[in-house]
Amino acid sequence: MIATRRAADTAIILIVLLLAWQALHQLVGATALPAPVPTLAYLAKFVPSERFAENAWATLVCFFYALLLSYGIGLSIGVWMGIHRLSGAVGEPILISLYTLPKVTLYPVVLLIFGLSLSGRVTFGAMHGVLPVALLTMSAIRNIPPVYLKSARTLHLSGWQTILTVLFPATLPEIVAGLRIGFTLTLLGVLLAEMFAAKQGLGSLIINAMQLMQAEEMLSVAVVLFAFAALANALLLWIEHRLHRRV
Amino acid sequence: MTRVGWIRLAVLAIAIGLLELCCRVGLIDQRVVIPPSEMAVALVRLLISGDANEQIVRTFGIVIVAALISVVAGFALGAVTHALPRVRQSLDPFFATYYAVPIFIFYPVMIVIFGLSAIPIVLMGVATAIVAMIIATLNGLDRVPRVLAKVARVHRMGTIATALRLKLPAAAPHLFTGVKLAVSYAFIGVIASEFILAPAGLGRVISDAYTDFNNRQMYALMLLLIIVATVVNMLLYVVDQRWAERRGIAKP
Amino acid sequence: MTTAAADADIHAALSGVTRVYPATAATPPVHALGPLDLELKRGEFFAVVGPSGCGKSTLLEVLAGLQQPSAGTVTFEGRAVAGKVPDGVGVVFQEDASFPWMTVWDNAAFGLRRNGVAAAEIRRRVDDALAFMGLTEFAPAYPAQLSGGMRQRVCISRTLVLQPRLILLDEPFGALDAQTRLLMGDEVLRLWRRTGATILLITHALDEAAMLSDRIGAMSARPGRFLDVVVTGWPRERDSKIVSEPQFGEITGRLWDNLRGESMKSLGHRGMAAG
Repeated sequence: MIATRRAADTAIILIVLLLAWQALHQLVGATALPAPVPTLAYLAKFVPSERFAENAWATLVCFFYALLLSYGIGLSIGVWMGIHRLSGAVGEPILISLYTLPKVTLYPVVLLIFGLSLSGRVTFGAMHGVLPVALLTMSAIRNIPPVYLKSARTLHLSGWQTILTVLFPATLPEIVAGLRIGFTLTLLGVLLAEMFAAKQGLGSLIINAMQLMQAEEMLSVAVVLFAFAALANALLLWIEHRLHRRV
Repeated sequence: MTRVGWIRLAVLAIAIGLLELCCRVGLIDQRVVIPPSEMAVALVRLLISGDANEQIVRTFGIVIVAALISVVAGFALGAVTHALPRVRQSLDPFFATYYAVPIFIFYPVMIVIFGLSAIPIVLMGVATAIVAMIIATLNGLDRVPRVLAKVARVHRMGTIATALRLKLPAAAPHLFTGVKLAVSYAFIGVIASEFILAPAGLGRVISDAYTDFNNRQMYALMLLLIIVATVVNMLLYVVDQRWAERRGIAKP
Repeated sequence: MTTAAADADIHAALSGVTRVYPATAATPPVHALGPLDLELKRGEFFAVVGPSGCGKSTLLEVLAGLQQPSAGTVTFEGRAVAGKVPDGVGVVFQEDASFPWMTVWDNAAFGLRRNGVAAAEIRRRVDDALAFMGLTEFAPAYPAQLSGGMRQRVCISRTLVLQPRLILLDEPFGALDAQTRLLMGDEVLRLWRRTGATILLITHALDEAAMLSDRIGAMSARPGRFLDVVVTGWPRERDSKIVSEPQFGEITGRLWDNLRGESMKSLGHRGMAAG
């Protein structure tokens, strides 16, 4: 009953968004903002095309590498700072400051070092994603109730057993939350890099379409990205909730 | 300062010192990164000369406007949503997914609609910040202890008096968290937009400096942004902690 | 005593009161209270005890005007109570209702400031109330810096300064440890003697009720009705030392006789109530 209510609510929001889109279109005209229907028609033709596929693949590859880096580096830093209390205490405010800093400010440095290459975009994407992963992993480890560790010792569990059977399940929900936010921000970083200075990728498609005044193409790509991000987030959120209920 | 504070300061000093050393010695190409000391010098010179003042004022002005709109409108929308539980339930999935979508993909759409002016930049700042304020408002109002509403009725207070004298102060710490986030996100939204495409502003000037190979100018302005962003966020953080302490709330 | 004189003595009354919580999307309607009658004599100390969920708090809130009864009438000082909390009624709640953003002093002064009382009078009453509750040295502190018991005293001070004629206490010491509760009981008695107010105390602690009250109403499991009203007969000048009197044991014994079966009912034990 609750699930259908939620689905109905989501449907209502989508309908409201579409209506708002249509209304805005009436207001500013087709050259500025095409209506939903023509945009979706364009999307249906454009997405299967080769040009779209090329750029989508470029973004996907870049995103994949960036995500690997975000998760790998983020988890490592998070685990270390979670276990080693002093490093955690020293490093946490630094990480938080970096988190709130608009990392776009550092983009020119990345460009100078890497040029317009794939490595640059990957690095920029990873820069965005690594921080929430690290911070939430660290927090998850620090928040393990001490009574769990005491119980493990009274049960004579070995170090590895403790990590695998107690610490890992206990920290999993919060770590997954970090991975979810990391996913979102890494995607954002990659797209920003593509929008600012790149020859390929969905971000650059949007900018090019804007410069050529092709509003339909611009919106189509935006809609595709919106759908991808929303669905991926919903999936990760669902996983997170399932984990929370187990704990 | 605590022992941890000293260690942190030492770590930062060593990091900056290393960077300085590597640049000077040539391990890092000076065409890529200039030594931090020269960044600072370039910044001071730039501020004294006043060449970038117009852009600085413009960008920070836009950030302030965007933050203000986000805080006020965000609070109003949050308060209204809180008072209408069915509406809130419908909007929950929207709020949950909002920050999952890279909003900047819609920035070019706004440029096409409003032209290449300050308006799309303000809109992006607001779009980035407002939902954080709404969510914080909802959280804050949720956490007003229910007994306070009863106390209000015992003292025979009207609806508006209850809202202003009891609910608002009770929710204040969480609202302030929203303000903190709104300022931070407005900053990010405005700067990122100016980088992508803008007629003027700090982001534009920095990206121009990059294309013109004017590293000194670029790094000077980057340093300025980093310093301002860090100082503002730290100030808000400290105020937040102080207030929370007085109220006996543990803040992460 | 003639009826007229008896009526003049009645400070507040519930007559045939029932309270049914209406159905919501998730729950059926809940018959929480009544039908129930209660007459509070002016200046008496009346306690209500009963198993959890029996409707004690509902009774207090109906009497205070915080809730409307589904049936029956509520009167205070001869006038009907309808939807608003009447002037002269003070309530101390179970939860911590101290305002964390104000000092102890400002918390106590809160009600007075709103009623346009003169500043000098406010200062006098607040200082007086804080002194009476032993909070004078904590006046500039914030509630977050105080213990649970002290925060409740702040709430009591806030009620005191308004000089209420009827004071309703909803399990005010529920969150405190046993020793603190006994001492707070002494505080309430001092309060009662000093103000001359009528007091209604809701509590689940039989010993607390037996020690503090002139009369005790024992409530049944939900829907709550009075099974018995026990008259204690204690002198007005009493304190926690009466727990050593033999009468004390009799009173608590009688209360438990009434309530044992009801408590089991509310815990869901069937078939064990007999014997």
